Amino acid sequence: MTTLGTGSRALRGYLPPVAASRPVQPVIRVAGVRKAYGKLVAVEDVSFDVGDGEIFGLIGPNGAGKTTTMECVEGIRRPDRGTIAVLGLDPVRDVYALQERIGVQLQQAQLQKRITVGEAVSLWSRLYRRPQADGQRLLEQLGLAEKRGAWFMTLSGGQKQRLFIALALINDPDVVFLDELTTGLDPQARRAIWELVRGIRSRGKTVVLTTHLMEEAEKLCDRVAIIEHGRIIDLGSPADLVRRHCPERSVVLSTADPAAGEALARVARVERDGARYTIHGTGDDLVTEVIHCLSEHGIRVTDFRTVLPGLEDVFLRLTGHSIRD
Amino acid sequence: MLRGLWNLTWLEIKIFLREPLGAIGTIVVPVLLFVLLGRVAAARDAAPELAAGGVIRAGVPALVSMLIAVSAVLSLVTVISIYREGGILKRLRATPLRPATILIAHVLVKLLLTAATMAIMMAAGKRYYAVGADVPVFGFSLALLLTTWSILSIGFVIASVVPTARFAQPVGAIILYPMLAVSGLFFPLRILPDWMQAAARFNPLAYSVSLLQGTWQGDAWSAHLGDVAALVLVFAACTAVSARVFRWE
Repeated sequence: MTTLGTGSRALRGYLPPVAASRPVQPVIRVAGVRKAYGKLVAVEDVSFDVGDGEIFGLIGPNGAGKTTTMECVEGIRRPDRGTIAVLGLDPVRDVYALQERIGVQLQQAQLQKRITVGEAVSLWSRLYRRPQADGQRLLEQLGLAEKRGAWFMTLSGGQKQRLFIALALINDPDVVFLDELTTGLDPQARRAIWELVRGIRSRGKTVVLTTHLMEEAEKLCDRVAIIEHGRIIDLGSPADLVRRHCPERSVVLSTADPAAGEALARVARVERDGARYTIHGTGDDLVTEVIHCLSEHGIRVTDFRTVLPGLEDVFLRLTGHSIRD
Repeated sequence: MLRGLWNLTWLEIKIFLREPLGAIGTIVVPVLLFVLLGRVAAARDAAPELAAGGVIRAGVPALVSMLIAVSAVLSLVTVISIYREGGILKRLRATPLRPATILIAHVLVKLLLTAATMAIMMAAGKRYYAVGADVPVFGFSLALLLTTWSILSIGFVIASVVPTARFAQPVGAIILYPMLAVSGLFFPLRILPDWMQAAARFNPLAYSVSLLQGTWQGDAWSAHLGDVAALVLVFAACTAVSARVFRWE
């Protein structure tokens, strides 16, 4: 690795994205999965692999089939067609062996209203055969130590969510499934939970999560599968997907210099709105070229910012509509 | 196979007793009712012109037991549908717990609470009901266990069909109370028209009442083999049906 030095860093951007992001050792293999509820086809021909130690995201709007896909992998739903292997186990046939080794947080789950935090953790810890995580430490890490004696119904949304994460981790699982784990939380609680998820990965666990928040996917996931109408429409690391589908970059700047428009037009396409110029180009070099042009012509700018596309834009490009629609 | 059963059962009992009306509804009210009816019956016995006193005395234990069993079933239906609606059943399934363990735990909770209520009732009612040589407590308890077990299985069928938790109690009541009305609990079935008597043959609760009243009066079990067979059949049929139609979410 060190012998390659700066060369490998320079090369990284030019490697074919699929080869760079293919999981080395898949712990989850999903192939051709279909699931219908009556006439409604929730998931159609879904295939993906998840590598050991990855944070893998299923992203898409509500009702796209993310949860159904995840629940088939977890073994709580039986797919109509297709094959799934998790840690070498069949989620339908080996469901109990699988449950021993995975941790699950379900979307919109509840517990008994009057169960205490401590009781929930101690019940869960007795359901598994394998050596367990230390429940008390888990609660401390999740900031729930003082809530041990509190009834479930008295917890806030963030506390409930953290309790469900604790329950998902109680058996020290190899793979953790988190379904819409920050939905309904305020930004501060959300960030705290992102930290937790990164912590889970740093302990060598594989994490599969679903989200309809593109920011969450960009910040957390090593790779994402974009799901729409029950099908995976593309799959890759967030950076790869952006590079593949939204290579355009823009620079927005303000200047009073009358020569700016003409000078910048030689770099890329320019839109002007009074003193505000938007330069539309593609590729990572656009920003450098704009800066170079400005300094060459001695143009004084009062504002300068770059606009980079994200997964939100990728989604819009692939589906023709915003993820919130 | 039944790993976690006792943990879950014990926890569910504790949770149930934390409900505002949990202990009062299941234990205190039936015991008070029993003692109160006992006082009335005792007062009537004191007046020799009311020979019906003996009938009341034999009828009350069966009456109260049936009411407890039916309310246990209604409570089971409600709990199951609330747990289903809240995703609690689903969350419990996403563990190594077997589905049967989850449901058996709830049945055990109701059986244990029923047993506790009966035990307290026996103790409290000693003064009014001659529990001793002439009443086979063991036999009656066994009959009650069989009855409750069988009616609980009907509860699971009801829990499978109720659409939401809001309807659990009313739907359960609409199904169970008419069954209770023509079970021979409040009046003998022989005073009914023929066609209603025929209909009552398909009423599982009629067999429960017959068994409970019989065992309390000291009948031999051999006299009630038909009742036992009917209750076992009901249990088997309802368990088979709910195994097919029960919804976890």
